Amino acid sequence: MLADFGFTAICLALLCSTYAAVLSLAVARSPQHRWLASARNAAIAVWPLLTLACFCLTYMIINEHFELEYVSRVSSRAMPWYLKATALWGGQAGSLLFWSWLMSTYAALVMLRDWRHERDMQPYVIAATMATLAFFVGLNVLVENPFTKLWIDQFGQIRAGFLAPPGAQLFTPIDGQGLNPLLRHPGMIIHPPMLYLGFVGFVIPYSFAIAALAVGRNDSVWIRVSRRWTLVSWLFLSLGLLLGGRWAYDVLGWGGYWGWDPVEIAAFMPWLTSTAFLHSVMIQEKRGMFKRWNMILIILTYALVIFGTFLTRSGVLSSVHAFAQSAIGPLFFIFIGITFTISLILLFRGWERLQSENILNSWLSREGLFLLNNLLFMGILLSCFWGVIYPIISELTTGQKVTVGPPYYERTTGPQFAALLLLMGVAPIAAWRVTTARRLGRIIWKPTAFSLLSPLYGLANGVTNTVALLSIWLASLVFCVTLYEFYRGASVRRKSTGENLFKALWDLIARNRRRYGGYVIHLGVIFMAVGIIGIEMFQTETQGTIASGEQLKLGDYIMIYNDTVEFPTEDNRIITRATVSVYKDGEFVAELHPRRDFYVDSQQPMTIPGLYSTLESDFYVLLINWKPISKQGATFKIYLNPLVSWLWFGGFVFILGTLIAAWPDNNNPRSGQPKALPANRSARVA
Amino acid sequence: MNSSTTILITPKTQRRKFLLGGILIVVAILYLIASTTQSTSHYFYSVDELNARGTEAVGENVRISGAVLEKSIMYDPETLELRFTVAHVPGDQEEVDAQGGLASVLHTAVTDPNSSRLDVFHNGPLPDLLRNEAQAIMDGHLTEDGIFVADTLLLKCPTKYDDELPTQVSG
Repeated sequence: MLADFGFTAICLALLCSTYAAVLSLAVARSPQHRWLASARNAAIAVWPLLTLACFCLTYMIINEHFELEYVSRVSSRAMPWYLKATALWGGQAGSLLFWSWLMSTYAALVMLRDWRHERDMQPYVIAATMATLAFFVGLNVLVENPFTKLWIDQFGQIRAGFLAPPGAQLFTPIDGQGLNPLLRHPGMIIHPPMLYLGFVGFVIPYSFAIAALAVGRNDSVWIRVSRRWTLVSWLFLSLGLLLGGRWAYDVLGWGGYWGWDPVEIAAFMPWLTSTAFLHSVMIQEKRGMFKRWNMILIILTYALVIFGTFLTRSGVLSSVHAFAQSAIGPLFFIFIGITFTISLILLFRGWERLQSENILNSWLSREGLFLLNNLLFMGILLSCFWGVIYPIISELTTGQKVTVGPPYYERTTGPQFAALLLLMGVAPIAAWRVTTARRLGRIIWKPTAFSLLSPLYGLANGVTNTVALLSIWLASLVFCVTLYEFYRGASVRRKSTGENLFKALWDLIARNRRRYGGYVIHLGVIFMAVGIIGIEMFQTETQGTIASGEQLKLGDYIMIYNDTVEFPTEDNRIITRATVSVYKDGEFVAELHPRRDFYVDSQQPMTIPGLYSTLESDFYVLLINWKPISKQGATFKIYLNPLVSWLWFGGFVFILGTLIAAWPDNNNPRSGQPKALPANRSARVA
Repeated sequence: MNSSTTILITPKTQRRKFLLGGILIVVAILYLIASTTQSTSHYFYSVDELNARGTEAVGENVRISGAVLEKSIMYDPETLELRFTVAHVPGDQEEVDAQGGLASVLHTAVTDPNSSRLDVFHNGPLPDLLRNEAQAIMDGHLTEDGIFVADTLLLKCPTKYDDELPTQVSG
């Protein structure tokens, strides 16, 4: 009953979104048309409908309605309620529904904004968002119905279908299969929603871009209006990537956080294009340049978002993430093809109109360096994209199966990331139009001199790897330059206002949130870079089998094995838990419990590390399964991950910076507008 | 304008300067990608294909997939030296599907005494999933004495999470 209700809601949502898309296109030329209000209302109505559908499905999962194929697949009686609730996005059909629901939330919020100044763009924004939504809801209705039931016919055959096959009865399994154990982790509970919130959100700036192209605007209104949406999506996408990394570090038990898995890359690619976009729109807002390029970037971001959803959903690539395999792949492919083609046609139609208002004067200018930044982001994107598709291309053209692994990605993107890091320090202090090396040098010589201390410190402590020393120096250079920028800004302010330095700094940031929020993000990136340099270049490991009371040594650490216990849990796991004592420089620092959870139902083991984390390094110990683990002997693998905490700390700073940059201004609700006005005016004159 | 030199440069030469710089960077990135692809890519072979290549395959970066024979697993927890043998499974997904899916292909490979075999050496902790009829996917190279040295070892077991429909008994 509830299932029928839920499915009806999805069908109505499909109807509403299609109606809104078609109608808004039909009246697009006369945006004052009263029918437009109807299209807008239909677009808003999708949200409550999909909310209902999600609610029905979640309710049925929590209340163990195993007669639904989806419910029996992703949940089981033993799962606690909160895990059941998250099973909403634990499988294919549910996660598509969840995707659509998030999309409809964004769309409804956009529809509710004040459209007075952008009335001409509204029909196209409705059309673009609703067409995207209709595609995803359509997938739920036609291909991946989460409300499909299980039926048993007279021969005892079990079949899935929404309607009863002739002569069949509803079939309710005693229990469901349960969520894949790897996904039963707090990180995994919030990782997909964050990633999806990021993915989905980029549909909004894309829709504004398409609207600007369709109505023939050549100003930067679409960027300004959608800036906050872009930032929020970007924030969620970054958060999703970070959480995914943390989950891998905590659960997958290989001592790493990022494995260059195709699905990770699929989520990373739209992040690359959107980050490039966030940078290059500044040039358009300030100087009226890069207009075509920004269009290309947002179109690419949109395509990559859909492509990313497609990669995780289609099973094209086998990876740890490809728990969902189905026939929806070709449909995604067609949808990407169609939207990409339409976007490009619109772009080429407006190509002449989107001419740059200024020319680039010099590589050594803010614009020039931002261009370089964009080139590098595209280079990294290309490296990633090639790594993902090269195996497919090779197999299609030569029949030879080939793979590229982490070494490929590390070697191609490493130098480009390093160059980006350097730019991150230099570009923000370069002047617009043109700057000179001398002028730049004057600003950065002090922080540069100061930054040399860190590689010297490294040398003194026995680091001899040149690449490592260079990376450390690079990170500290950019760190010092960025901090110096804060100092310079604050001291100028102190001189002019007479405030104390701290107050001046606070006001400086409060009044230039976008700029200094950006710098805070940069600081976060530097911290993350420090963590990455630490774990990638200085990770050490050891392993061994020891009896109770014996010890393993790694670096300054000594680990003594005390005991193991084995016990079953209520949710049908058998846990083998070791107790070890960790000593640093001879002093006791922590008692850790590396353990192995064996999921009886699925016969699947899971290795959960014991972790002692400090700013200096992480002591990461895994309990390895070999022979029965007992007091007489247990095998451990230990990693020492230097500086890796900085990666997570940097993540926090990064998010803080994004929040600062995105925070609404009280006194000026449409921030950025006054500054951008001159460029705007000249656009109209031209 | 801060600098007098920039005023003298015409838009055309200006453009050329950026085009040239841009092209240089793009070419450098493309070269980096191409050369790294060449030096890091692993060819994906089945056990049969690797055997067919004979000595030619020695030292090449390859990725091998095979079915694990449980009885062959030898492991020294002191040195973490792991040795086992894998049996040939077809590398082509269509072929696997035609033979009734991965689970049945792995089962056939292990039980068929005539399927070709490959001895594997790996240094590291014993993976959780290394058991009979698991699919081992290994990156590494063949040595002259015919042993495959696996640098990385990824194991897949056909679990019920891949099943088409739930298999519980009726209630």
